[in-house]
Amino acid sequence: MCFEGNFICLNLEMGENTAIHVSQLTKVYPTGPGRPPLRAVDGISFDVRHGEVFGFLGPNGAGKTTTIRMLTGLVRPTAGSARVLGFDLATDVTRIKKRVGVVPEASNLYDELSAFDNLVFAMQLYGVPRTQRAARAGELLARFRLADRRDTLFAKLSRGMKRALTIAAALVHRPPLIFLDEPTTGLDVMSARNLREMIADLRREGATIFLTTHYLEEAERLCDRIAIIVKGHIVALDTVDGLKTSVQGQTVVEVTLSGGEGSVETVRFDGDDVATTVQAALAQATADGRRVLAVNTLRPTLEDVFVQLTGLSAEVMLAEKGGKGSSWLVGQGAEPKEQANAGR
Amino acid sequence: MLADDLRGMFYIALKDLRAYYFKPPNISWGMLFPFAFVLAFAIRNPGDLQGLVPGLLALTILFGTSSMEAIVIVFERRIGSLERLLLAPIRLPALLMGKLLGGMAFGLTVTLVVLAIALAVFGVGDVNWPLLVLTLLLSAAAFSAMGAFVSVAVKEVFEAQTLANFIRFPMILLGGVFIPVASLPLGLRIVARLLPLTYAVEALRAALTGGTLLGATLDLVVLTLFSAVVFALATRMLAHHF
Repeated sequence: MCFEGNFICLNLEMGENTAIHVSQLTKVYPTGPGRPPLRAVDGISFDVRHGEVFGFLGPNGAGKTTTIRMLTGLVRPTAGSARVLGFDLATDVTRIKKRVGVVPEASNLYDELSAFDNLVFAMQLYGVPRTQRAARAGELLARFRLADRRDTLFAKLSRGMKRALTIAAALVHRPPLIFLDEPTTGLDVMSARNLREMIADLRREGATIFLTTHYLEEAERLCDRIAIIVKGHIVALDTVDGLKTSVQGQTVVEVTLSGGEGSVETVRFDGDDVATTVQAALAQATADGRRVLAVNTLRPTLEDVFVQLTGLSAEVMLAEKGGKGSSWLVGQGAEPKEQANAGR
Repeated sequence: MLADDLRGMFYIALKDLRAYYFKPPNISWGMLFPFAFVLAFAIRNPGDLQGLVPGLLALTILFGTSSMEAIVIVFERRIGSLERLLLAPIRLPALLMGKLLGGMAFGLTVTLVVLAIALAVFGVGDVNWPLLVLTLLLSAAAFSAMGAFVSVAVKEVFEAQTLANFIRFPMILLGGVFIPVASLPLGLRIVARLLPLTYAVEALRAALTGGTLLGATLDLVVLTLFSAVVFALATRMLAHHF
């Protein structure tokens, strides 16, 4: 199977539909004398299918980046095995490197080179024929809306532009498999939205994407399947709908209340069933002397799934990356989760 | 795979030369520092200025190759861009060799400028060109490997500079640049024999005074072995980081 262009071919010894096959992959780091070793990744197994966006979701230190680093040959696994695009990670890592694109968490191109020269250098490393380099660089700069920054030094680009160029540099050799490690972390809203559109475009073009992210909405919007990893273990792996179904026993009720001086407030409650949860919500509103304007029952979100599986709130996870909090916190039982729109 | 490695080496060296080496401060440092050293010594001990040329060339290669080489890898490791090279489809020794070639190319360039000035002032005389070229290449390889070793051995740029100077300055004093090794006390003579700069200075002196390739064999072998061992150690150490 050959991807667009004609210099990337895949080894299809393993299942035609499997881009990555991981079996009991483990990474243990020594931590110093007298302390137990750190099991950063602890015997994880999963498959990634060709052409899908596979999300790898988890808090800091869960093992997301370590997994990417193992699958791309940056660190050697302590145990377990993996096949990437049909090549054995233990014996064929150079062939794997030739066929994957990697966008690390940090935008790590060369400050001293221009946008164009950074792309050309990446092409030189990946063996893109000399005759194709200038055209390919121009094409990528245009695609990532950087054509007018062709000769600008990487150091002088905005954070969003640096991120875009780093992604462009991972695509120079038209890899059929792309690893994206927290691609939108630290970006402003518009830059993050643009990058999500680019990721969706790549998927439409047939690339397989392995995406780690802290952003639950991003994972929900982009990913076909999601693995949730906590402390080196995969605790869930399914489609977004499949994951939501797994927590359908939980009920979330959203109540819109009138506040003082004409303000409106939306409060969420969760519980075991609709009737009990609505009763509890109404009772609390009455006790507070407030009028109920609307009551909605909500489907579980990916955030509900994440919270149930990890015990972490989305805000805690986002705070780890310096991101903004999610729109609500999660409590237990029929407790208000968050107060939104207060004072509006 | 070999083609990938060779291509990677070439382009990494080229990128390093463009991004780091051929910058005005670097060029001036590479040439002025050895000149300043020699000038200070010549003012203190006027006399055989021509006799200082091998030492001047050796110092230029030493500083030209190792100053930036000692910083480049640790700098790229700190900012994360070394990972880009590690992710590329080339093997680790090829990556490191690319780094070495960048240092060698820069060191040899500034050394050729200094050599041209020295020859213009003192005349070509009895130069053994094949020995001179071979010595310059092997010396550049040895000092560039030393710089790479320093760069992978530390975690911070300032540590690299400190360690590089810790190694280089004793070499300058004991390596026969200003004071002939033969005139040193026995203990220091033994130390001098452990320093690659000693062999570089000896081979350069032989090359500039009509010495033979055979006569400089020991010097050339030592420089080759030093390069190979230090390169192997640096590769192993870099692999250990990832």
